[in-house]
Amino acid sequence: MKHYSAFAVAREALRYHTGWERAWRSPEPKKRYDVIIVGAGGHGLATAYYLGKNYGIQNVAIIEKGWLGGGNTGRNTTIIRSNYLQDPSAAIYEKARSLYEGLSQDLNYNVMFSPRGVMMLAQTQHEIRGYQRTAHANALQGVKTEWITPERVKELVPIINLDGPRYPVLGALWQERGGTARHDAVAWGYARACSAMGMDIIQQCEVTGVRSENGHVVGVDTTKGAIDCDKLGMVVAGHSGQLAEMAGFRLPLEGIALQALVSEPIKPCMDVVVMANTVHGYMSQSDKGEMVIGGGTDGFNNYTQRGSFHHAEETVRALVETFPMISRLKMLRQWGGIVDMTGDRSPLISKTPLGGCFINGGWGTGGFKAIPGSGWGMAQLMATGHSPLTEAFSLDRFKEGRFIDESVAAGVAH
Amino acid sequence: MSTRLAKQGRLIDRSKQITFKFNGTTMRGFEGDTLASALMANDQMMMGRSFKYHRPRGVVASGAEEPNALVGLGEGARFEPNQRATTTELFEGLTSISQNHWPNLEFDVGAVNTALARFLPAGFYYKMFIHPQPFWKHVYEPIIRHSAGLGKAPDKETKDADTYEHFYAFADVLVVGGGVAGLQAAKAAAQSGAKVLLVEQTSHWGGRAPVDGGTIDGLAPDAWVEQTLTELKATDNVTIRTRTMGSGVYDHGYALAYERLTDHTPGAPGPRHRLWRIRAKQIVTATGAIERPLSFAGNDVPGVMLASAMRDYVVNWGVTPGQRVIVATNNDDAYRTAISLKKAGVDVLRVIDARTSGGGALADEARSLGIRVDPGKAIAKVKGGKRVKKVAICNQDGIGGAREEVACDAIAMSGGWSPVVHLWSHCGGKLIWDDALAHFRPDPARPPLGADGNGFVVPAGAANGPVSLGDVLADAQTAGEAAANAAGFTPKTADAPKGVSELELPLEPVWLMPANADMPLRMKAWLDFQNDVKVSDVQLAAREGYESVEHTKRYTTLGMATDQGKLSNINGLATLANALGEDIPQVGTTTFRPPYTPISMGSIGGEARGEVFQPIRKTPVHEWNDANGADWEPVGHWRRPYAYVRPGEGVHDAVNREVKNARENLGLLDASTLGKIIVKGPDAGKFLDMMYTNMMSNLKPGKCRYGLMCSENGFLIDDGVVARMDDDTWLCHTTTGGAERIHGHMEEWMQTEWWDWNVYVANVTEQYAQIAVVGPNARKVLEKLGGMDVSDAAIPFMGWADGKIGDFDCRMFRISFSGELSCEIAVPASQGLAFWEALIEAGKEFGVMPYGTEALHILRAEKGFIMIGDETDGTIIPQDLGLNWAISKKKEDFLGKRAQQRSHMTDRNRWKLVGLETVDGSVLPDGAYAAGEGVNANGQRNVIGRVTSTYYSANLDRGIAMGLVLHGPDRMGEVIEFPGTDGKIYKAKIVDPVFYDKEGKKQNV
Repeated sequence: MKHYSAFAVAREALRYHTGWERAWRSPEPKKRYDVIIVGAGGHGLATAYYLGKNYGIQNVAIIEKGWLGGGNTGRNTTIIRSNYLQDPSAAIYEKARSLYEGLSQDLNYNVMFSPRGVMMLAQTQHEIRGYQRTAHANALQGVKTEWITPERVKELVPIINLDGPRYPVLGALWQERGGTARHDAVAWGYARACSAMGMDIIQQCEVTGVRSENGHVVGVDTTKGAIDCDKLGMVVAGHSGQLAEMAGFRLPLEGIALQALVSEPIKPCMDVVVMANTVHGYMSQSDKGEMVIGGGTDGFNNYTQRGSFHHAEETVRALVETFPMISRLKMLRQWGGIVDMTGDRSPLISKTPLGGCFINGGWGTGGFKAIPGSGWGMAQLMATGHSPLTEAFSLDRFKEGRFIDESVAAGVAH
Repeated sequence: MSTRLAKQGRLIDRSKQITFKFNGTTMRGFEGDTLASALMANDQMMMGRSFKYHRPRGVVASGAEEPNALVGLGEGARFEPNQRATTTELFEGLTSISQNHWPNLEFDVGAVNTALARFLPAGFYYKMFIHPQPFWKHVYEPIIRHSAGLGKAPDKETKDADTYEHFYAFADVLVVGGGVAGLQAAKAAAQSGAKVLLVEQTSHWGGRAPVDGGTIDGLAPDAWVEQTLTELKATDNVTIRTRTMGSGVYDHGYALAYERLTDHTPGAPGPRHRLWRIRAKQIVTATGAIERPLSFAGNDVPGVMLASAMRDYVVNWGVTPGQRVIVATNNDDAYRTAISLKKAGVDVLRVIDARTSGGGALADEARSLGIRVDPGKAIAKVKGGKRVKKVAICNQDGIGGAREEVACDAIAMSGGWSPVVHLWSHCGGKLIWDDALAHFRPDPARPPLGADGNGFVVPAGAANGPVSLGDVLADAQTAGEAAANAAGFTPKTADAPKGVSELELPLEPVWLMPANADMPLRMKAWLDFQNDVKVSDVQLAAREGYESVEHTKRYTTLGMATDQGKLSNINGLATLANALGEDIPQVGTTTFRPPYTPISMGSIGGEARGEVFQPIRKTPVHEWNDANGADWEPVGHWRRPYAYVRPGEGVHDAVNREVKNARENLGLLDASTLGKIIVKGPDAGKFLDMMYTNMMSNLKPGKCRYGLMCSENGFLIDDGVVARMDDDTWLCHTTTGGAERIHGHMEEWMQTEWWDWNVYVANVTEQYAQIAVVGPNARKVLEKLGGMDVSDAAIPFMGWADGKIGDFDCRMFRISFSGELSCEIAVPASQGLAFWEALIEAGKEFGVMPYGTEALHILRAEKGFIMIGDETDGTIIPQDLGLNWAISKKKEDFLGKRAQQRSHMTDRNRWKLVGLETVDGSVLPDGAYAAGEGVNANGQRNVIGRVTSTYYSANLDRGIAMGLVLHGPDRMGEVIEFPGTDGKIYKAKIVDPVFYDKEGKKQNV
């Protein structure tokens, strides 16, 4: 793998950039791999990367139905935070956040992690109590967050309207080290690093069946033929249910479209990420200058990755109220992503009823921020059979009633 | 230079001069001008700077597809960034500024990026700025952020001076686009009797046809448009709107149209934008086609323009971008531009036709006017920085050598036409590649599907592929009839009007000019003018493995500018296909997303701003509360008084006063927001036994019972008092926040699980005002008002009765959430305020004071009563709260029963409810956790409990709290530690959660 640096760019500039090699190879599948990961999104690629990096398992294929990074990794609003309430969530999201801090250096690919700070507004007494509870929990979890006053909110976000007639801002939970990253770059950076380790990323290849013998997975059938493996990781977000069905089990998941939109770009006017759960919307400004806006999920299950107007309306209305100056900006583009929701809105990272087959999914509306931590834990689980990071997120929890419910802290998609 | 011509300009009124400003300079234009045409008339060809390299940018198009001529429009509370000058109608006093430069448009420091362009290829930022780690946030990113962005942000305190509205419309056939195709399709559809809505994004009708020429039924296009409009206006079932853009097509015939009402008359009364929310049975997209640029070096220099746009400026607005023009083309249509210019008196130096065969009839006409036509030629390179100065001409089939230089000041380019397929594609319509015309057009076999599984979008005219006027009109007639038919009407079949235009020879696709341009030329051949994406960038993406069209788009930012690739996408993906050695259809397009062009956030929000952002639900006592010191707290859509603050008093003083007074004298609580749900029917008891954990079917009429409701996962979701009205009627009280949720919950179970049970539920929350009369003097005030017997004997604790108090029709419940003698009295909502005022008046001698939600909370906490949302958070089961007594052991089943038997639910290590008293009497911090020994496997401090409610109790003059603690009830008297976020450690003793009147004597008198 050719090293990326300003010097390399300068060197290449002299020959019109004709010397750059492929960021990742485009191989035909081999007959057999130690591990097959289905799904070349952020979580799948990160899983493969840490299998190789942390456990030396490099005979790995990552199989992708479409193009890598083309699912929710490439269509989310790029927020990274770890100010979760419940211990297992805080652990994995904080692991992810801390890995994001050094990810550009680790991958030698600039993923533009920008710890610009994430703020969750409190606009009711109930929310104040909820966020104060989260702040207390975070302190003991080793996650640095603080409760800040409306005056501090205004300092950090000059465009905010604190005294809206309907829901004045009463304070906020502030995570200074949260932020955003360039979503595509996360997938591309992991893909490049996986490919450099000799792993095969096989795009435009759909899994059509899961093969097993004596209750243990032995391979998959794909549109590019059968491929054998010892272990199989399913990391396909919205399509987890379909893949599980091929493997002969069911998952407690449902697919819902999550809505997002961006404005036209403008010069920098908001440095931090603001989430307003009472009025239902959140917003940040990308490096390109677009206001990146998200809000709710559609009220019905579906698989269309399309924007629907009703949620855009609800979200924009809330944000115009919160940031009145955006009224005269324009919506450039809206879209939807299919999120896979569990009953407690927390992810699944687990062994499955099929031996050697593992699942990582159910990230709902919050998957992007978890990618490095999720991959780290999933790799540990697949390599060693156990991971403290993922233990609580096992499938068993629904049988045991051991839910990890974060809705207490964040009633909005994120 | 660009100037106003002496003649021409079908859209301007030269008798009406308009004064406007650009970058502080006063300029003049005419009524009917766009800002772009007026700027050109004032020789202001350069209108902005590009996004990445800050290169000079001039107007390149004449409509919504414009990527370059973006300005900041207006001032103060009416300032708006990124307005397209090409779609901005000129008005008196318009002020505009150019964008993305410092210190000014002519001299921009950021233009240094142009010099560095070679070092800043596509995706350079992924390969650089990696070390050292902190530099991204603190050094690199801030520089990039300030260099990027486009328009100026509105001032941070801007409150939009304009208003917006939504408009709901229903149509059998919605026709988008008011060119000749749209007009004809609307006419054809309307003749069937279908209700037709026809919208056009500009302020004038007819689209391109009046500019392009030809005849329709023997008439000049202008005359035909006029005639057809007159007919449509006279048709009752047709509604037409200009300045209204079809913005998005969504599932099942839902469409948005964006009407710009006062953008051209700012400050005029009424809303600025109106968003039409349309349900249409069928949608006809007569959205025309957009010309493609040609990719040659320097195609971004101001003065290079789409051939059709240049024609528009001459014919519509009487302005020319230059005096010596060169036309470059791969098709016949661009000859129309050469001819228009020549006829307008502009020097057309030559037409450079990439086709070796040259053009057809239009080319002959051009030649006959004395215009030189060079077939097989190409533009090798445009010279000039802020303005075209020269072009170097070479052979199209070469690498760009053997050039001939010609001095000129404007270039018209045409690379063919792409149908506008956005609306067709928004909801899943698929495209096919047309090799002959080198464009994607709607695939009739794969339209977007409606609820009935049939297509609901019909493309018409140029948006469907046809090019000649005759074909366009015929296609429009067919589309109008088809849409009417699909909408359930019988169209009158008629012949389409006969369109006659010059016969055109086929184009030859030209994706790069010259075909084998060398690298230095490809690095100057722009695809995306705003985002600075060049042919070399797309080729680099392909070389590096970003092969999917989505990868290429995201890696290079091709098509991600404010025009969303209207000019660049097809050229870009053709370039990608060539680089990959694939066919264009194999590479495919990126996804078309709404809106077609950007729409204001204000219009999306509509009327709902400020006070009416969300409706405020008001109790009958709301206005009284407001007039009597209510410190409001939003609770759902309601507002409830947190406390009633007297003049000179702080909020907390008020709370303490209210809490004491309710225990000592008489308190009144406006409890009208509590949910009230009637459950009625022969199976109502059975139904409630499933909904609640306790038994409700055996409740006697006239009695009340406190009930708990769990989700099917066993978690406590609501509580409240249930009263049995009669044999088959129960009244269920819910929490304030729970009323709608619980009503929905009941309906869901009733409709999906127990649909065969005879039971109905009705939410009557707002039918009644409910007032809690609380305190030792509660009965005295009621007796003073007179009426029904309110004695303990007549209505004992947990009883209820109907009757009269004073003149009011009442239903009195002897229930208490405060531990005091308490009557909750419901009266019809219409009598609520009068009843409240009567109680206040009569209560004076008994020390009456209203109290708010905070006093309510403290009173219940003193008694150890749980509060949904405080003691519960969606993860708590009744057993955690010591409420086992309210869980029926007799019932076979209820919602949550099975779930509560799961291993984690019966785990004896679940935290249980206890009272907490700080050792020093202070108040525990809200939400604090009790720290245990050591850390868990993830390095997090172990915790053994948490605070769920915490208050200062004025009655006890100390902090009281409730919390959930590991083995709590077994650890009475133990002191545990709660680290605060303030760095302090709070020590608290585990105690019984009932702090006040442990025997419960006071409520039962």
